[in-house]
Amino acid sequence: MRIDGKGRIDRTRPVTFRFDGRSYAGYRGDTLASALIANDVRVVGRSFKYHRPRGILTAGPEEPNALVEVVGPANQTPNTRATVQELFEGLVARSQNRWPSLGFDLLEVNDLAAPFLSAGFYYKTFMWPRRFWEGLYEPLIRRAAGLGRLSGKHDEGLYEKAWAHCDLLVIGAGPAGLMAALVAARAGADVILCDESAEPGGRLLADEGMIDGAPAAEWVARVLAELADLPNVRLMRRTTVTGVYDDSTFGALERVGLHRSPRPNLPRECFWRIVAKRSVLAAGALERGIAFQDNDRPGVMMASALATYLNRYGVVPGKRVALFANNDSVRATARSLMAAGVEVAAILDSRPDAPDEPGIVVHKGAVVQRARGRMGLREISFTKDGRAQRLEVECLGLSGGWNPSVHLTCHLNGRPRWSEDLAAFVPMEGAVPGMLVAGAAGGSFSTHGCLASGAEAARASLEALGRAAGAVELPRAEDAPYVIAPLWAVAGKGRAWLDFANDVTVKDVALAAQEGFRSVEHMKRYTTQGMAPDQGKSSNVAALAVLADATGRGIAETGTTTFRPPYTPVSIAAMGAGGRGAGFAPQRFLTSDQASRDRGAPMVEAGLWYRPSYFPKPGETTWREACDREVRMVRESVGVTDVSTLGKIDIQGPDAARFLDLVYTNTFSTLPVGKVRYGLMLREDGHVLDDGTCARLGDQHWLMTTTTAAAGLVMRHLDFVSQAFCAGWQVRFASVTEGWAQFAIAGPKARALVASALGHAPDLPFMGCAPVTVQGVAGRLFRISFSGEEGYELAVPTRYGEALFRDLTARAETMGGGLYGMEALNVLRIEKGFITHAEIHGRITAFDIGMEKMVSAKKDCIGKAAAARPGMTGPARAQLVGLKPLTDSVITAGAHLFAQGVDLVREQSAGYVTSVGYSPTLHSHLALAFLDNGRARHGETVRLVDRLRGVDVLCTVTDPVFHDPKGEKLRA
Amino acid sequence: MPDLIAKPALGVAPVTHAGTTLAEIPLPQIIAIAPYPGQAAAVGAALGLAFPAPNTVSESGGARLVWAGRDMAFLIGAEASAATLPEGLAAMVSDQSDAWVMLTLVGPRAVDVLARLVPLDLRAAQRGQAFRSALGHMPLVLIAEGEGGFTLLTFRSMARTAWHEIEEAMAKVEARLALSA
Amino acid sequence: MRLTCPLCGPRDRREFYYYGAADYLARPAEGAPPEAWDDYLHLRDNPAGVTQDLWYHEQGCCSWLKVTRNTVTHEILAVESVAGADAAEGRA
Repeated sequence: MRIDGKGRIDRTRPVTFRFDGRSYAGYRGDTLASALIANDVRVVGRSFKYHRPRGILTAGPEEPNALVEVVGPANQTPNTRATVQELFEGLVARSQNRWPSLGFDLLEVNDLAAPFLSAGFYYKTFMWPRRFWEGLYEPLIRRAAGLGRLSGKHDEGLYEKAWAHCDLLVIGAGPAGLMAALVAARAGADVILCDESAEPGGRLLADEGMIDGAPAAEWVARVLAELADLPNVRLMRRTTVTGVYDDSTFGALERVGLHRSPRPNLPRECFWRIVAKRSVLAAGALERGIAFQDNDRPGVMMASALATYLNRYGVVPGKRVALFANNDSVRATARSLMAAGVEVAAILDSRPDAPDEPGIVVHKGAVVQRARGRMGLREISFTKDGRAQRLEVECLGLSGGWNPSVHLTCHLNGRPRWSEDLAAFVPMEGAVPGMLVAGAAGGSFSTHGCLASGAEAARASLEALGRAAGAVELPRAEDAPYVIAPLWAVAGKGRAWLDFANDVTVKDVALAAQEGFRSVEHMKRYTTQGMAPDQGKSSNVAALAVLADATGRGIAETGTTTFRPPYTPVSIAAMGAGGRGAGFAPQRFLTSDQASRDRGAPMVEAGLWYRPSYFPKPGETTWREACDREVRMVRESVGVTDVSTLGKIDIQGPDAARFLDLVYTNTFSTLPVGKVRYGLMLREDGHVLDDGTCARLGDQHWLMTTTTAAAGLVMRHLDFVSQAFCAGWQVRFASVTEGWAQFAIAGPKARALVASALGHAPDLPFMGCAPVTVQGVAGRLFRISFSGEEGYELAVPTRYGEALFRDLTARAETMGGGLYGMEALNVLRIEKGFITHAEIHGRITAFDIGMEKMVSAKKDCIGKAAAARPGMTGPARAQLVGLKPLTDSVITAGAHLFAQGVDLVREQSAGYVTSVGYSPTLHSHLALAFLDNGRARHGETVRLVDRLRGVDVLCTVTDPVFHDPKGEKLRA
Repeated sequence: MPDLIAKPALGVAPVTHAGTTLAEIPLPQIIAIAPYPGQAAAVGAALGLAFPAPNTVSESGGARLVWAGRDMAFLIGAEASAATLPEGLAAMVSDQSDAWVMLTLVGPRAVDVLARLVPLDLRAAQRGQAFRSALGHMPLVLIAEGEGGFTLLTFRSMARTAWHEIEEAMAKVEARLALSA
Repeated sequence: MRLTCPLCGPRDRREFYYYGAADYLARPAEGAPPEAWDDYLHLRDNPAGVTQDLWYHEQGCCSWLKVTRNTVTHEILAVESVAGADAAEGRA
C-alpha cells in the first residue's frame, strides 16, 4: 500500500514492471520489493526446503526470502534480492522455487512431512541402499534442490573489471561514513566512498531522525553536495565492498547497469579492485529477528525494514501493524507509522521494565507465541503474565536487536568480540591492518555516536596518512542509549524459524547439539544454517545463541563461524569480466596468419599462438591426405613453414659465452662465429628444461632459440640464473621472439629456393649462420633443420614477414613445393626422432633421451650435479625409443606399453607413447615412446594398449630415428 | 629501398570514444639498450642522454630513453637506429622495433580507460614517467605523455587483442558517461 | 596482496610469479657432496612465521625478488633484489 506524501521515490516517473507474468506499477526510486509492497503483493517466494510461502523480510542486502529471477533480453539472473533490485521500466521478474505457481506449489507437501525432514535428514536417509544413490537419490535431490534457475544459455551481458586507488576507502555512506568521508576530504585526502545503495545516507534516509534541528536527509544532501564539489572524492554508489584482502586491497561490486534496461556497451556490473592506504568501515548494523512459532509467515518483517519502506519508499505492508521487540529501537518506527495513518495495534516488548510510549499500547513483558496466516499474516497470539491473547494484524515488525556488520573485519582471519552490553558481536580492534571501524558497525548505535566515531576514524586515518584533520564541528543529533534484554527464541511448541533462507528452525539447532554437533562450525554444516545465498546475515547470531543455550555455554565461548569474502554474492560474470570467449587470453598472430587463412588452413592453438594445421588442396577430403602430401613434398621437393613462434633471445656481452656454458649442458664458448649449435638445458633438479639451437652471430653476440612452448619459461630461467648467480657478469639479454619473422625452408630443393629468394646461392655449411640481404631487407639465414632434409631458416624483421612469406610461398610453388603446416611438421620430426615438449615433459633426463654425453664433463652447468644422482640414469629408466606397429594400425599418444604376455595392469606398464604420426615416407604409423631400458630392447615386440580409445596393437621397438639415421640429407 | 613491403602491426584508423582517441604509431623505431654492470652512467653519457632511473624517461631532442625494466632502456624516436649508435657501447644493443606494437591513448578519459586494464594508479602520471606493468594479460611498457596522454607498447603479435581490449574499455567508459549525463 | 618491487614500487601480486623458497639462492659449489645438493633441491622448512621466498616480477621489470614475509600474519617484511641493490642500479 502506497502512503501519500511519504518516501523519496520520484512520483513524476511512474514505472511499469512485471512479476510472475502480471503487470504492476511503481515509481522510479522504488526497489522491486517496495513496489511489490505498494501493490499489496504479500507472497514473493517459496522457502528452500519446505516450500513455505514467504514474504519480504528486510529492506536490504541481507534479505533471505525475496529472491527472484530477473529476466532480461540477454540473460536471466537468479537469486536476485528484490530488496536490492531497483525498479526500472520494463523490469521482468519471476518468483523461484515453486511449481507450478507461487500460489500453489506441489512441493509444499514437504512442509507436511516436516517431522521427518529435520536437520541431518539427508545424511541419515540416503545412506542406504548404497546403489540407490546415483540412480535415484541424487537425481531426485538435485531436481528438488536449488533456488533460482539459470537460463542455460550464454550470458550476453557485458561486465567489467577495474582498478581504483585511494588514500582512504570509506565503506558505507550512512552517518558515520559520510562524516568520515567529509572530514578526510576536507583535509585533502584522496577518498573513495562506497555505498551499496542507489542513494547514500543509510539509516538517515530510513528513520525520521533530526540533525542540527532539521530532518537528517537535509544534512545528507548538504554533505553529498559538498563531496561532489571536491575533486579528491569519488562517491561510488551501488557499490558493495565484498572482500578485504592482504595489504589493504579490497574487492567491490558495482551494479552499473542493473537498475535500468540494457544499453549498448553499458556493463551490467563492475568488479573493482580497490587499493587503499587506509580504510574506515562504516557498514552499519543489521537488525535481527526473534524466533517463535511460524514467525516466517508473510507479513512478519524486520521493524527497521518497516521504517525503511515507509520513510524511504512511501509504502507499508499492512493497515494494522504490531511490533515485537526487546529494545527501544522500534519506538521511532511506531511513531512514524502512526503519523502516516497506519494503525499500530500494540508494541509487544519482552522487557518487563520497558518504557511507556505515549499514544500506543505497550504490552510489557509480552512475547509473541505464534503467527497465523499461511499466505499472509492475519493474527498473532502472545502471552503476557502467563495469559494468552490474540491480536489481529496484517503486519508484525520484529526487532531482536542489532548486529554490527563485522563481516569485513573477519576476512583476514579476525574474530569478533562478544559485547554483553550490546548483546552482539563487535569488531576486534586491529583485525584488518589500516582499518578503523566507525558507527553502528563498531557498536555506536545513536546518530550522535555514528557522527562522532566517523569523525574520529577519519582523524586517526588522516594522522596515519600524515595529514592533519581540520577543526571538526559535529552536527547535533540524538544520542539515546541502546538498552536491550537479549531474547533469541520464544519457548513454545511448533517450528520457530532462525534461518529463513535455508529453513533452519530452533529445533534443528537443538537437535544438532543433541546429536553431538556442538561446535558452531559443525552445527552450521549439519543444519546448513547460514549457508544460503544470504549467508545467514539475519540469523547467525540467533542460531549460535540457541546453540549456546542448548550446550550450556555462553555465546562468547560458543563463538562464531568464519566470515569469508564475498560479503554479498558476486556474479562469476563480473569476476571473469573480459575473459569471455576469445578474451580469455591474448591471441598471438603470426605475420603469415592472413596468408594461411586465405589458403583455407585450419588454425590451431599452440600456446597463445595460432598456427596453420595444414593447407588443404582441392580434392582432399581429410587432414591426413593434406598432411601426407605435405610430408612427401618436403621429402621430395621443398616446403615452407612459419617458425616465428620459436623463442628467440638476443644475448650479448663479454661474459655471454661463459653464461651459455652455465645454462646449457654442452659447451658453447668454443663455437666459432657464424656457427649454430644444438643445446640442451636442464633444470637444477637434473631434468630437461628445454632444447634448441644457439647461433654465434658475433664474438660477443648470440641468438638463442627455444621451443615455442618454453619461450617464457626459458626467459624466466635465464633471468634467474643471471640475477641469482651471475649478477656481476658482463652479459645482458632480451627476447626478440616478436622482432623476427622466421620461415623454415626444407627439402631437396631448399637450397634452390633460398637462392631464388636471395638472388644468389647460399654458401652455408650445415649448422652455419650468416647475415643476408633479402630483397633489400637485412635478414639472417641459418642452415638448420627440424625435418631431416637440407633445411634453412630465413629471418627478417617482423614488419616484412607477411611479404616474405607470400614471396617464398610463390617461389616454392613454382618449384613444385609449397606450404606445410603443423601436422606435417610433426610427422617430419617424428620420422627423424626429434623431440618436442611432448617428450621433454618435465620428468625426462638427458640420459632418457640418449643425450647424456651432451652433459659436458669439463664444466659446471645448471642441473649437472642433480643429473648425476642415482636413479637419474641407468637401465631402470624409461628411455626414448621408436615404435612401429606390426600391422597397419593406428596408434595413439598416451597409450601404455606392456611386454607380451603380462597382465594389463598398471604395475606391469613398461612405458608410454608420447608422439604418433603416419609416415608417408615409410608407409607406416610411427611413434616415439619411453620404454623401460628401451635402448637395449630395439627389435623386441611390445604390446601398445590405450584403453580409453580401444587400441591394442603389437609394435616393434626401434631406434627413435626412423628416417635417414646417418643424417646424410641434412648435410647434403 | 627494400622490395618487401613493410606492414605495421595493425594498420587501422584511430578510434575515438568519450573524447579519447586510440591510435597506432605504425612501424616504430625502438632500440633496447642494456648497460653491463656498472656502465649505466657511461652508456648514458655516450648517448647524450642520462640513463633513466626506474620508472622514468630521459629526453633530448627527438630521442627518448625510456626505462623498460631491470637494467634496460628503450631508445625511441625516428632517429633510433642501431647503425647510428656510438661504437663500443658497454651495453647490449638490440633492435626491438619489430617486437612491439606502439599505441597512443590520448584524451580526458584515458586514465579511466587504462584503469580497466592496468593495475596502476595513473591519475597523477606525468610526462617523464614510464612503467613496466601489464595490459590485461599482456606485457606493457607504458609511457606517460602528460595531459591525459599515454603511449603503450605491447608484444606485436598481441596487437589485435590489445586494440580490442582497449577499445572495449573505451566504449564502456563512454556508455557510463552517457548514463551520468 | 601487494609487493613493493625495489625498482617498480608497490604492485599488485598479479604482476608477480611465485617460485619457491629462497634456499634456491644458495647454490652449492661444483663438486659439492650429494647431501648438499639434496638439501638445496629438496629440503625445506615450512614455518608458521617468517619465511623467505622467491618471486619474479614477470609483468614488470623482470627482477627476481627475495621476499621476507610472515605466513601467519601475511605481513611483508622485506622485498629485495636477488642480484643486490647495486646490481639493480647498474653500479655493481
